[in-house]
Order: sequence, then structure tokens, then C-alpha cells
Amino acid sequence: MNLPEILSYGFIQRALLAGTLIAVLCSVLGVFLVLRRLSLIGDGLAHVTFGSAAIALALKLYSAASLLVSLPVVLLASLGILKLTEKARLSGDAAIGIVSSLGISAGIILASVGGGYNVDLLGYLFGNILSITQEEVAIAAGLFCLVLALLALFFNDLFAITFSEELARVSGIRTNVINAVLVLLTALSVVLAMKLVGIMLISALLILPAASALQLARSFKACILLAALQGGFSVVAGIFVSFVTNLPTSATVVLINLALFGCAFLARRLINPKNGN
Amino acid sequence: MPHEIVTTERLACSYRAGRVLEDVSITVAAGDYVGVVGPNGSGKSTLVQALIGLVPISAGTASLFGVPSGSFAEWGRIGYLPQSLRLLNPMFPATVAETVALGLLSLKRFPRRLTRHDRDRVAATLEGLGVHDLRHKMIGELSGGQQQRVLLARALVNDPELLILDEPTAALDPETRERFYELIAEMNRLRGVTVLLVTHDAGAIGRHATKMLYLDKRVIFYGSFEEFCGSEEMSTIFGAHSQHLMCHRH
Repeated sequence: MNLPEILSYGFIQRALLAGTLIAVLCSVLGVFLVLRRLSLIGDGLAHVTFGSAAIALALKLYSAASLLVSLPVVLLASLGILKLTEKARLSGDAAIGIVSSLGISAGIILASVGGGYNVDLLGYLFGNILSITQEEVAIAAGLFCLVLALLALFFNDLFAITFSEELARVSGIRTNVINAVLVLLTALSVVLAMKLVGIMLISALLILPAASALQLARSFKACILLAALQGGFSVVAGIFVSFVTNLPTSATVVLINLALFGCAFLARRLINPKNGN
Repeated sequence: MPHEIVTTERLACSYRAGRVLEDVSITVAAGDYVGVVGPNGSGKSTLVQALIGLVPISAGTASLFGVPSGSFAEWGRIGYLPQSLRLLNPMFPATVAETVALGLLSLKRFPRRLTRHDRDRVAATLEGLGVHDLRHKMIGELSGGQQQRVLLARALVNDPELLILDEPTAALDPETRERFYELIAEMNRLRGVTVLLVTHDAGAIGRHATKMLYLDKRVIFYGSFEEFCGSEEMSTIFGAHSQHLMCHRH
């Protein structure tokens, strides 16, 4: 099967469009999260999304309609992680762990009460970008524009708190507001990315493009751009490779990201061996 | 009469372990260069961090430019430089120019866009501190002394009236440290920047600062270095030998 033939399928076109938008968002946010040592927030929020998906399925809300439950629940959970960090004197990873276990246990109990695991819920574990609907593409495009606009508006504030929260505060930046903006944007992106890679692999999409970019970037803006490029490329390549080889798309996307990270790591060691440790 | 830049009245700060600072009443006037010294755990860093809102005040008051520190909002009038090692993630992917430009955000309103004029200002500040050739380098790749100059450039790029330095030379070798102190003294002398410098190095205070604040959870001494060296009361508190050692480095 040749390229034009593959591209002629509607489901491939939808997957390419929505997947690229979602991957670019996750990759850009990933740079801030990795540098702020909040990499695992994606995992935590994905587990909450699993819980919210179980609620949606219990309410007979499917596909795009399930976002009506997932979005508010995950946005609230992201703020819960922040509040736990601030008020309960917990480190970020402990707060993420608490919210994560709450989400996954709620999901398991709801699934069990609702008659055991079903195919719809398992779809959230591994994602299925090829089954994305026209409606979901439109929602992904809308949220992509919203998140990108907010990122552009808050870019310098996010850069400042990522460099040093202490210095940002002394520059008059309201760090608690900017932290909230960061986790809310992440929550929006995680809900979208569930369809692409699922709960099991969502962290990979947030962490790997950022980790690769950190190996090679020579400025902060270059780091953001490189991460976005890798995220977008990995989804496009992953969809084609998985279609041709009949492998699961989500795992293929993650493996391509891992390979690109390996290349970036080796390239850094070759370019600058002194900085290789 | 010069106007007051920093005022504290019976200021106290506490952590979980107990009170780290109490009954601190000082006034720093425009153009002063105050060296804050004292033993480890004496509350030096807590004092400057309380002034800029990084540490909560448990009793008393603090004002910056006549405004209570809790409602102070003119952050563009302040430059702040903490210990570089505490601050820097060596993997952080920012260039020197990007790092210094962050210092201009205190002058901006949301959405804090940086302009071409801002980039020229960054270049001029780097030029002034002799590190312009490093502007495209990554901050994590620089030596300790270079990093500290860049962070000083970040603190100075907004042309502050008050420069707060919290043990800025802790990671530097003696030669770089001395050059750094000279640079700060020059800022104070030529640009009239008021300086509040926390350091362990009492000798440097003697050489450069106009006032010395000796803290040990409360104010032990606040005045000129000459007054400190000539004070019989200080001789009684520290012992003549210790006082001589501190003043001998002058």
C-alpha cells in the first residue's frame, strides 16, 4: 500500500490531524514539567482520567460526550495536586501519588460495580487514535488553539517560574497563579492525549520529546521547538508505521519517541563529549 | 536627608524549629552599602528574604521604599541575587541572554512581552559587566564566577535602586570573590545603588561597605565598620582577639 492510498482513508487523516496537535501540546508542556520535576503529573492525571472515564461510561456517555465528565474532573484533580503540595506540606511526587491512586481506585470500583471491565474502559488504558471521530478532532483542534494561546500569553511567566520560582516571585510574578495555569493546561492536554496513547503511555508523550530536546537545545526557545517537532513527527511516523506493520499505534508512537531520545542522547555525547555525564 | 529604602520595626521571623530572628529594627538609607554578617543560623538570609516576601514575618513590620513589604508591588526597583549554586539547574536550557532578560519581567505588565529595546538593554548590561561575549552560551556551561556575573547582570538589568545579595560569593574562589565585591562597590559608588549584602566575609565588609549589620538572631551591632572596630562594647561581646581578627582584615 503506497502513501497516497494510506492518506486517502478518513480515519488516518483524522488520526494524523488530532494526533499531531495533541502531541505538540504535550511535548511543549513537557519541557516545563520535566524542568520543574513534575514529569509524573501526566501519569497521575491519566489515572484520574481513567476514573472519570468509568464515571462517564456508567452514565452512558461515550466518545466526545465523555469529555463532559473527564474535563472538569481532571481539571479539579490537577488543582487538588497543587493544593496538596501547598497546604499539606507534601512534595509534588507525593501529591501526584495520592491523587493518582484516588483516580485509579475510583475507576476500578466503578468498573467493578458497573459489571466488570469492558472494551470501552480498556480503550482508555492503551488509547486508540485510529478510532477518533470527526467530533473529537474538532474538540482537539479547539482545545489545541486554546492551550496554545494561553501558553503564548503566559510564556515568559512560565519560563521565569521554571528557571527559578524564588526569582520569579521577586520579579512580581504571582507564582501560585502561574503554577495553576501550568497544571490546568497539562490537565487539558492529558484528557486529549488519552485517546492517542492511553493511560499507560501518557507520561512518555510528556517526558520523551522534552528529554530529547534537553539533550540538544542551545536555548530555551529552541528546546520548546525541538520538543514540539519530535512530538509531532513521532505521531505521524507512528501512525504510518503501525498501519503498515499492524502494530498498536500508541506503543509504536512511544517506541519512536524512545528511539529519537536515544539518538539525541548519543548526538549530545558525540558533539560535546565533556558534557556527556 | 536621604530617604529610607528599607525600614524594619521589631521584625521577627519563626520557622518550625523556633524563632530565628527577633526584634530587628534597622533603617537603610538611599545610597547605603550595608554588609550583613553573623554566624551560621544567625538569621542573615532570613532577614533579606523576609524583606522581599520569601519568608513570612511573624511579628513587627518591614517596609520597602516606604511601602509595607506585604503590599509592595514595585519589584522593578529591586534587584535580587541569591546563592548561584542553590539556584541553578546545570541542565537548564537557557542562554545567558535569555537568563538576563528574565530580570526585565519585573518592569512588565501581563503578558510581559520583551521588545527589541529590551534585548538592547540586556546586551548593554552584559557589556557593562564584561560578559557580552558569553551571551549565546548556555548558563549551565559557565564557570561559577561567570554564572555569578550573569546572575548579577540579571539583577541589574532593570536598573534597580536596591540590590539585595544573599551570600552571592559562597561558591567563588578568593580572587573572583574580591573582583565581585569591587564590582558591587562600583555599582554603589557610581550608580548610587543601595546595597544589602549578606556574607560570611566580615573583611570584605570592612573594605567595601559603608555600614555593617552584625546579626545573631537579633541586632548585635549596626553602624560603620570603623565604629565596630573602635567599640569597647563589641570588644566585650566578641573578645578583643576576635574583634582584632575581624578588623585586622580591613
